[in-house]
Amino acid sequence: MTLSRGIRITLVVFTLLTLVIVYAPLALVVLNSFNTSKSFAWPPPDLTFRWWEAAAASQGARDALLVSLQVAALATFVSLVLGTMAALALQRHRFFGRNAVSLLIILPIALPGIVTGIALNNAFRTIFGWDLGFLTIVVAHATFCIVTVFNNVQARLRRLGGNLEEASMDLGAGIFTTFRLVTFPMLRSALLAGGLLAFGLSFDEIIVTTFTAGAEAQTLPIWIFNNMFRPNQAPVVNVVAAVLVLASAIPIYFAQRLSGSTNQGLTGAR
Amino acid sequence: MRKTQLFATACALALVAAGCGTSDDNGTTSKTGGTFEVPDLPMLDSLGENEGKVSILAWPGYAEDGSADPAYDWVTPFEKATGCQASIKTFGTSDEAVTLFKTGDYDVVSASGDASLRLIASGDVEPVNTDLVDNYADIYPFLKDRDWNSVDGQMYGVPHGYGANLLMWRTDEVQPAPTSWSSVFEAGSPYAGKITAYDSPIYIADAALYLMNTQPDLAIEHPYSLDEEQLQAAIDVLKVQKEMVSEYWSDYLKEVQAFTTGDSVIGTTWQVIANVAEGENVPVEAILPDEGSTGWSDTWMVGATSENKNCAYAWMNHIVSPEANAAVAEYFGESPANPKACDLTSKGHCETFHAGDEAYADKIWYWTTPIEQCLDGRTDVKCTDYSRWTQAWTEVKG
Amino acid sequence: MDPGVDRGQGLTLSATLHRHPGLRLGLLLTPPMLWLGVAYLGALGALFITSLWGQDSFTGEVQRVWTLDNFRDLFQLEVYRTITMRTLGTAALVTIVDAVVAFPIALYMAKVASPRVQRLLVIAVLMPLWASYLVKAFAWRGMLSERGLVSWLAAPFGLDTPGYGLTATIITLAYLWLPFMIIPIYAGLERLPDSLLEASSDLGARSGHTMRRVVLPMAFPALVAGSIFTFSLSMGDYIAVRIVGGTNQMLGNVVYDNVGAANNLPFAAAVATIPVVIMLVYLAAVRRTGALDNL
Repeated sequence: MTLSRGIRITLVVFTLLTLVIVYAPLALVVLNSFNTSKSFAWPPPDLTFRWWEAAAASQGARDALLVSLQVAALATFVSLVLGTMAALALQRHRFFGRNAVSLLIILPIALPGIVTGIALNNAFRTIFGWDLGFLTIVVAHATFCIVTVFNNVQARLRRLGGNLEEASMDLGAGIFTTFRLVTFPMLRSALLAGGLLAFGLSFDEIIVTTFTAGAEAQTLPIWIFNNMFRPNQAPVVNVVAAVLVLASAIPIYFAQRLSGSTNQGLTGAR
Repeated sequence: MRKTQLFATACALALVAAGCGTSDDNGTTSKTGGTFEVPDLPMLDSLGENEGKVSILAWPGYAEDGSADPAYDWVTPFEKATGCQASIKTFGTSDEAVTLFKTGDYDVVSASGDASLRLIASGDVEPVNTDLVDNYADIYPFLKDRDWNSVDGQMYGVPHGYGANLLMWRTDEVQPAPTSWSSVFEAGSPYAGKITAYDSPIYIADAALYLMNTQPDLAIEHPYSLDEEQLQAAIDVLKVQKEMVSEYWSDYLKEVQAFTTGDSVIGTTWQVIANVAEGENVPVEAILPDEGSTGWSDTWMVGATSENKNCAYAWMNHIVSPEANAAVAEYFGESPANPKACDLTSKGHCETFHAGDEAYADKIWYWTTPIEQCLDGRTDVKCTDYSRWTQAWTEVKG
Repeated sequence: MDPGVDRGQGLTLSATLHRHPGLRLGLLLTPPMLWLGVAYLGALGALFITSLWGQDSFTGEVQRVWTLDNFRDLFQLEVYRTITMRTLGTAALVTIVDAVVAFPIALYMAKVASPRVQRLLVIAVLMPLWASYLVKAFAWRGMLSERGLVSWLAAPFGLDTPGYGLTATIITLAYLWLPFMIIPIYAGLERLPDSLLEASSDLGARSGHTMRRVVLPMAFPALVAGSIFTFSLSMGDYIAVRIVGGTNQMLGNVVYDNVGAANNLPFAAAVATIPVVIMLVYLAAVRRTGALDNL
């Protein structure tokens, strides 16, 4: 390695320190899920499994979790389709306005969530006249999830170049066949990585969701928001959060394995 | 240039779309409610079958279903008796109530005086046929046909109860016990950095009330009737207070939490907040200072576009029935609207909250929407209206 | 392997598409563009048109009367300038803090760690993203409170918790967006060929020098890419401020209060133009650094 030992040791120290700071609040959350004090007094007076039992029995949390999973799945699917189409369009063709389209795709995520939220809320209610509910949340989420898929697929397409596809068509395969048998398998891991990021984005989204959810639909973040301060529910919220963190290791691990090169899989950032 | 073409097309489409969107003023208007036009909406003639569900928009503590505290539940009995499944949404300020109710997602709302007239004027609520509400007859007469819940003799809702905003403090952190609002308004308070206040423009009235008592030369007669000069004085008081505030609250549970951790030790509150805090073993006490206070007199109102009006009426009838009214009055800390509830509340509750005491009730400065026409009767000046108050509140918070 | 089933029809359609790349492009682009270009841009456009309308403050109804009152109030009243400056300042500080904290760990992950450790570290950095944003903010509220963790840790040093306020907001926001800064920098540094570093040291530069003259400039686009997220997320945030910000308000709060409480959509839309304009300017500025390719 060409970096001096001094620098390497500094880096290790910083890394460890950063990890400690990153995980301290999360550790606190897990600890508080066992805290007998409902207002999370520090240090915890005593530990109990009560909240974990309450969480397992909580209908509200389960329903909200289900809604969140469904919304995220649908939004991911839509963004996968649209993001791939956009990436294929931009990567395989040259046309005026390429940059504008690129910017447009980034826009939902670059603009502050509250702006997207109130814009979509206004549009849904007054222009389209829709009732706010499950579908409006999906539409809103898909809008800003497109970019994660788009980035991943575009990066992969750029890396791959068009040679294999050209070869396939030279050999007589039509466009759809080429896509099915050549392009798609090559894109698969990028799609997976992008889809996973999109899923994560949609799952934890609160700001845009608040504006597009209406009274009935309740995703998990909304449920958390409504229960965070309630004395009887706040510890249950901590339990839910703890479970989410621990459970998240699985999909992230898979994304790592399947994306091949570590960086390409994850630089859909956000 | 493709880019500009794209942009121009988008703009054009947006203009067209926008032209089709955004609600407009409501259609025909006929009656004039004093200083504003009131849409002419029909009221329910007779009750039919209960629709099976009702969506309630309520102040926290008004529609308890046992989820906050299993001991307090008057929603489940309602659901069992009427078959109307209730879904409840709470809000923190009257502004939020108006905004939420305008979405049309709710059937019935508990509106304070600063929300009720606005809902009436915008046609979001319809007149209430009080003959269809059995318990209405029992309600205290002085709560009926008031400025904030009726127009030209037509009732727009069912009175819920009334109460005052209180001063609460941590008994272990604040000594000696405070007796006046000056503890939160006067500069140089020993509790600077730990004071809390209500996060709504209507709180300006509390500062105005303080000025009524401490600066009589400002000649403030009515805390919701402030001309620009008086408003400025109130703003100055609030700016002084802001330096001492730890955080403003509108979510009542956030205030409970702040008092529990000790980040706030003194400030404006509702009795229900003190009750919840005491339930969490936090040592607090709440009083109504002698100089008086702002407060609320709430009315249950029915949405004009509601599809569950029968259940809505059933809910209104239930909440002013003696049992439920007693339960909510105790839990929230207010006077019930139904005198029969006083037989069911704990001893001394109705005395403490001056139930039925019309003279006392008139001393509380109920939340009212400030308008340009001075509510204290002055005609030589223009008073500041609510949008000015909203702007002023943003200025105060800085 | 044989796609022969509907070979005849498929071949004609696919042949048509092959001969007309324009058609292909059109078909590929139309759905995303309808969704984003018309629906999303249209929604934004409608919102900004609303900012030119008025509102009846009593009933809360939007009145379609063209007026510049909203923008006039926005520019004339000092409080909005204060809030804008505060928001910009916070976003900038959050970005700087995140960049400073993220760089060492990203560098370690990209250049020093073994592949296995690298993989573990990536997982470790990403996992907190799945803990709910709200829960993390709320955890910081607990940590920063009167008798919370920070106060407990700082006591032996004679210090105390900063309490709820701007400092707390910056800390919390920096914490929340840290992964969004680490990953792009890590990706950017990973793309940095080791051979460059070796060449630099072969030419006699010490590590520090290499870092300053080779690594940092090449990682700059990635840094900027990360900053787009931290900046944008901080500009519009209103929830974390409400949870740990004490009495402070930022632009997001003003927008939210005007939509949610005051029901004054026209004014909220006018306020919303501020962060949008700032972000568009920012995006335009960073395009030249190539950061957008690093997203």
